[in-house]
Amino acid sequence: MSHSVHQCNNALCKFIQTNRYLPAARPFPLHFQQRRLASKRNGKSIHYSSRPLILNSAKSQNERGDVKNSGNLSNGGAFSTQNLGKRTDIKKILILGAGPIVIGQACEFDYSGTQACKALREEGYEVILINSNPATIMTDPEMADRTYIEPMTPELVEQVLEKERPDALLPTMGGQTALNLAVALAESGALEKYGVELIGAKLDAIKKAEDRDLFKQAMKNIGLKTPPSGIGTTLEECIEIANSIGEFPLIIRPAFTLGGTGGGIAYNREEFEAICKSGLAASVTSQVLVEKSLLGWKEYELEVMRDLADNVVIICSIENIDPMGVHTGDSITVAPAQTLTDKEYQRLRDYSIAIIREIGVECGGSNVQFAVNPEDGEVMVIEMNPRVSRSSALASKATGFPIAKMAAKLSVGYSLDQIPNDITKKTPASFEPSIDYVVTKIPRFAFEKFPGSEPILTTQMKSVGESMAVGRTFQESFQKAVRSLECGYSGWGCAKVKELDWDWEQLKYSLRVPSPDRMHSIYAAMKRGMKVDDIHELSYVDKWFLTQLKELVDVEQYLFAWNLSQLTKDDFWEVKRRGFSDKQIAFATKSTEKEVRSKRLSLGVKPVYKRVDTCAAEFEADTPYMYSSYEFECESAPTNRKKVLILGGGPNRIGQGIEFDYCCCHTSFALQDAGYETIMMNSNPETVSTDYDTSDRLYFEPLTVEDVLNIIDLEGPDGIIVQFGGQTPLKLSLPIQQYLDEWKPKCRSGSGLVRIWGTSPDSIDAAEDRERFNAILTELQIEQPKGGIAKSEKDALAIAADIGYPVVVRPSYVLGGRAMEIVYSDEKLVTYLETAVEVDPERPVLIDKYLSDAIEIDIDALADSHGNVVIGGIMEHIEQAGVHSGDSACMLPTKTVSSSCLETIRSWTTKLAKRLNVCGLMNCQYAITASGDVFLLEANPRASRTVPFVSKAIGHPLAKYAALVMSGKSLHDLQFTKEVIPAHVSVKEAVLPFEKFQGADVLLGPEMRSTGEVMGIHSESSIAFAKAQIAAGQKPPLSGTLFLSLNDLTKPHLASIARAFLGVGFRLIATSGTAHVLELEGLPVERVLKMHEGRPHAGDMIANGQIQMMVVTSSGDQLDQIDGRKLRRMALAYKIPIITTVAGALATAEAIRSLKSSKIEMTALQDYFSSEKATKSTKTLQSVSYT
Amino acid sequence: MNCALGMAVTQFPPCFTLNTPKVRLFTVNCQSVSPAASGMSSTGLVEKPWKVSDARLVLEDGSVWRAKSFGASGTQVGEVVFNTSLTGYQEILTDPSYAGQFVLMTNPHIGNTGVNFDDEESKQCFLAGLVIRSLSISTSNWRCTETLGEYLASRNIMGIYDVDTRAITRRLREDGSLIGVLSTEESKTDDELLKVSRTWDIVGVDLISGVTCKAPYEWVDRTGSEWEFNLNGRNEETFQVVAYDFGIKHNILRRLASYGCKITVVPSTWPASETLKMKPDGVLFSNGPGDPSAVPYAVEAVKEIIGKVPVFGICMGHQLLGQALGGKTFKMKFGHHGGNHPVRNIRNGRVEISAQNHNYAVDPESLPEGVEVTHVNLNDGSCAGLAFPQQKLMSLQYHPEASPGPHDSDLVFGEFIELMKQERQRT
Repeated sequence: MSHSVHQCNNALCKFIQTNRYLPAARPFPLHFQQRRLASKRNGKSIHYSSRPLILNSAKSQNERGDVKNSGNLSNGGAFSTQNLGKRTDIKKILILGAGPIVIGQACEFDYSGTQACKALREEGYEVILINSNPATIMTDPEMADRTYIEPMTPELVEQVLEKERPDALLPTMGGQTALNLAVALAESGALEKYGVELIGAKLDAIKKAEDRDLFKQAMKNIGLKTPPSGIGTTLEECIEIANSIGEFPLIIRPAFTLGGTGGGIAYNREEFEAICKSGLAASVTSQVLVEKSLLGWKEYELEVMRDLADNVVIICSIENIDPMGVHTGDSITVAPAQTLTDKEYQRLRDYSIAIIREIGVECGGSNVQFAVNPEDGEVMVIEMNPRVSRSSALASKATGFPIAKMAAKLSVGYSLDQIPNDITKKTPASFEPSIDYVVTKIPRFAFEKFPGSEPILTTQMKSVGESMAVGRTFQESFQKAVRSLECGYSGWGCAKVKELDWDWEQLKYSLRVPSPDRMHSIYAAMKRGMKVDDIHELSYVDKWFLTQLKELVDVEQYLFAWNLSQLTKDDFWEVKRRGFSDKQIAFATKSTEKEVRSKRLSLGVKPVYKRVDTCAAEFEADTPYMYSSYEFECESAPTNRKKVLILGGGPNRIGQGIEFDYCCCHTSFALQDAGYETIMMNSNPETVSTDYDTSDRLYFEPLTVEDVLNIIDLEGPDGIIVQFGGQTPLKLSLPIQQYLDEWKPKCRSGSGLVRIWGTSPDSIDAAEDRERFNAILTELQIEQPKGGIAKSEKDALAIAADIGYPVVVRPSYVLGGRAMEIVYSDEKLVTYLETAVEVDPERPVLIDKYLSDAIEIDIDALADSHGNVVIGGIMEHIEQAGVHSGDSACMLPTKTVSSSCLETIRSWTTKLAKRLNVCGLMNCQYAITASGDVFLLEANPRASRTVPFVSKAIGHPLAKYAALVMSGKSLHDLQFTKEVIPAHVSVKEAVLPFEKFQGADVLLGPEMRSTGEVMGIHSESSIAFAKAQIAAGQKPPLSGTLFLSLNDLTKPHLASIARAFLGVGFRLIATSGTAHVLELEGLPVERVLKMHEGRPHAGDMIANGQIQMMVVTSSGDQLDQIDGRKLRRMALAYKIPIITTVAGALATAEAIRSLKSSKIEMTALQDYFSSEKATKSTKTLQSVSYT
Repeated sequence: MNCALGMAVTQFPPCFTLNTPKVRLFTVNCQSVSPAASGMSSTGLVEKPWKVSDARLVLEDGSVWRAKSFGASGTQVGEVVFNTSLTGYQEILTDPSYAGQFVLMTNPHIGNTGVNFDDEESKQCFLAGLVIRSLSISTSNWRCTETLGEYLASRNIMGIYDVDTRAITRRLREDGSLIGVLSTEESKTDDELLKVSRTWDIVGVDLISGVTCKAPYEWVDRTGSEWEFNLNGRNEETFQVVAYDFGIKHNILRRLASYGCKITVVPSTWPASETLKMKPDGVLFSNGPGDPSAVPYAVEAVKEIIGKVPVFGICMGHQLLGQALGGKTFKMKFGHHGGNHPVRNIRNGRVEISAQNHNYAVDPESLPEGVEVTHVNLNDGSCAGLAFPQQKLMSLQYHPEASPGPHDSDLVFGEFIELMKQERQRT
């Protein structure tokens, strides 16, 4: 026994056999095994033993012959009277979703809600779900027993309580929406009335964490510091607090809002008053916290979990690179924290534990934010969220620890040590993940969509998405995160950034004032020789991060000095280890990405893939969740199964969000069921697709050509799917195809070459390339609006003159109508060409006739490789053509379209799908003019934004079908051969983020700006529309005063709108022009002054609550710019529903009429479809009756 | 020698017989070098902004890892263990329990916060060397006084970076702890280094004599007020504690002092009779490096003391208590080193997240009747704490004093105080 290796092997063998705490041959799970048995045993009896389960376990160990526990159990006896282990007294649990995607509340709550549904059903609970957002996985009918895609107002949710009689309500999975809703239901007495217990977080805890005053008091109780502050409920009180704190800048945070809506930093009194006003209006409780600014302090976050046995663990620490002053959702963040010593970290850990206990979050996850003074380490508590948050989604993805799933299990009584760690399977969940890599998250913004709003980051969250990257070092993960963002950079630096040309003053300003591009300013400053110390002085970014970045600039400098051919293997190795992409190396060495790749591969420099395993390799990982790095050992171990690589959508942005993630997940589910191994590749931490158990294998990687090719080489998949992730993978399809054609890589499964599945990249290109597309349409005799392609200003003016104004102009290859505009004159056209076209200089500009007053139609169709085409759904837009389809409300089935037009649309769509050899999904948009002429506006041979909506409306999972079709199945195989026209009406409404962008106008246009959508379903179209409006937060008032202001283009419709609203009992007021028209029609109207005409004007009436609803249209003329915009912003601030289109106004009037005559009923999705589910629902009702 | 062949063994059977255990071979040729940045090559137009590999780590399984050196240079042999703590490298460097070991940190970025005066756990670094993925190129912390590179160089400790630490960790996980040789000497061939690694063994080596204090001393420092985290349940009374220094971490002493103890620290060889003459309220057996079986004299001392006064063992102390009670200790496959291990406190049912650092464990099966297992490591079910109430004895396999690590188990010091209090009341 002299050799250590022998000894330990032996010892361990013996150890496992003799350990009395473990059943033989199973290294860990005794505790939960036992617990599971216990709960099963107790399953039938309602009276659960009052003996603490811990004692049970100790006892059963004694029963197994263990005698050594007999000593001192007295402590244990006093410990707790709670039942630990799965609760058997509750059977039915209601989960609240987060509603539509808005800024500050994105698809991370689909991820958490989905995990919660899965976890609770796995435990045998009946799950009822309410969420108004149809684009979520969690609202798939098979995720919950009963799924309500319905508006989430307290009154309507109460109806569900009455109908379903759940035993418990889990409010911690649906973000702030769910938490606020739970508070409202608890306070109204609804929960008590129906005997529903809040699980996960109790009312007191929610209030303590969310109410600023109570929170400060709670922190004081446990001796923790919070920034000097006060709570104001009026502007006067706020000013008083500001005076007592004594110095600017001050931070204003409204209570009970998400993403810090209505908050901000004030540097002077004027700003202070403005922010306080909007904060008071935004807060549900009219409460704002005025707080001393800790500008420049370091910011940390800890993710904490606690169970009912009071075990607390920290899942992850996160350090913000952007110091205090920038909302954590808008900050670049890094996990784990990098600049804390153990003493400092443990202090934050102790504080977090004390806080979760003091606030009284009984079980589940919470997030605590701290500010640390970089000068002396002083710590202040900023806030805590008593629920799953965006940070916890990030922490879950960063560590592999599924926080939401665990939180759901804890809420039904499990303790952390009773649940196995999902990734290792052998160790319990009651541990703290250790990670051996660095995770960087970078937010993505959409300021360019909101002209008038300043791209400045404050305490109010403004980002619309984020990318996350994993690397072995900060440099590697940071570079990967930058290139994952898809903002035109292939990494940090090694690019022409505009900041390089700025003068020093501008550069310094951009270092001082946080903006989405600050990291590029840092690059420019370093590149131009500014010292790390000076950059730190201006930006307060910690020097540790700055020196890391500085080294990247040094490496770049080194690369610039060489040609590609001179670089050695060692050079490549060092550079790639710092996260530089091939494209960056190509930029520095003045070569092409392709040349760099082949040179690199010829030197044998290839990435390896490491696993995310929660334990820094201490235990074996069961789950293949991987990231690339340039290291020695590759752990990917690809299989030789038949497999498919699915490319995800990357960071969320306006126009490419959760809908595409939904499609990717469905693809994975469907192909898994069909026997394929599915491999997901994505870089968005908020999503369900990046959950490690969604697909068989997960690569958390940037979606760039380089990274995708690396995985193709490694995995050798049978198929690659590019159709479901939106523009991101589509853009990659051509280069991937070229690579496949050139290198002909083989599948590992041995069934030939790697192929892109579905519609060929060439066909996709044919639909995107205007000239090719025009030729096809001519050949098929499909009409489209007159138009042309302009490659110069002269071209453009000539085309416009030919077709006549107004025209729609846009660059080719657009996403979400980016830079698309309706132009009414030569002058505007020239301005547009000068300012907007630089968006994509390689591509010409498209100019089309704008069809005024046309109805727009969206259609999703499915085609198989055998030439069959089935229409998935035809949607009629409620807003007129010209409003981006993503921003427009739409209805399925159509309501006003004639059957002949529908036939034309169906036949054209089918023809086109066949001609393009579509295999999978295709989306087309049509316009139908008042005279009944049909024009094709756009065709996209890929999954569209409307796929989840249509799937839910017709009760068929289109994305799944599409995936199976791509794998070679025919539509007959799937038994989907006929268009389904449901008897009920489904309405989709868009949700817009205007309130986050001060100064931006709220009008709809051809540029998409909505962040999310909701769905209303009902047998009657007007009620379905009303439901969608309520769900979107635009609850139509049933009576009151309507303010009307229509521009000349829409004035012809004025009378019909006025009559509709008069008919439902509204009083009308209008400004002079509009009022005049109404008076001519003999309609009763009161006049009110325009804002520039004197007082009291329309704005005063809004402020005084004399206006309940507004219909305002705009042509964007000068006068309207001044007046209309202000009014619309005011309406937003005072939360008055505002309608900006004629069709929207008419639909709303009709909805109000229906609402007045009938009550809104809540119906589960399952009830709309198939009779076999009807039996299930009666069963549900029976089990309800005993409560 | 016919027991199960590990992977390492099957790969290199010929060298296997050369193994001559229990020889402590230090071929140290250490001299101070300037920090990492100086290693730039000066050829070409622009200097390479990185250091070129200048060191090797050769493991006994025959693998050779190219790396970049920092700290001291030379050749050093030791046992490679990994530590999964995310923070606290300075405490780990100064923990005497790591004597004779190369510590591989799984957290890639090390050195970010530099080093400072407060975070020392002993007066020296006893470990054989540090293996990390990435050495910080700068420091950021208000308490930092020195960079890690300078610190290690001045203490003559070798460090290497830019190795695939995860790959090595996975080997250690599969094969168990491995002996390795670290060298910056180009003149030594890989085979020579491999031979050194295979002729060195840590089992049975008395490492404690190298780390214990030479003479008794008093300790009074409490945990600094800035870092004090547990102000509840403090005693008015003062207790006299004798602490056996097998390589004691200062934080054990600070925590005891914070709980109201006056401590006399004595060398590992301090006779039990002398200890008892001091009439202490309690005796603490500290943590320490290596194999408890290598210090039979300590076991004898423990035997003499238990039953007479309340005793508390931590880590090595726990293992010595185990042996003194007649139990067996054994070497674990790759031990526990990290700050995230869940331990069930059987007495109150709670799960405590603990700091762990040990390669040996007590086999609870071998303990006599009456000894109670009070703590169990939930990751592998191993024994993490004992009590023998009749003998006024308690011990923990892991580190309630944390530093680095979570403070969840701090209350155990209170239990020791309680034990002493009861004893005081009884007599």
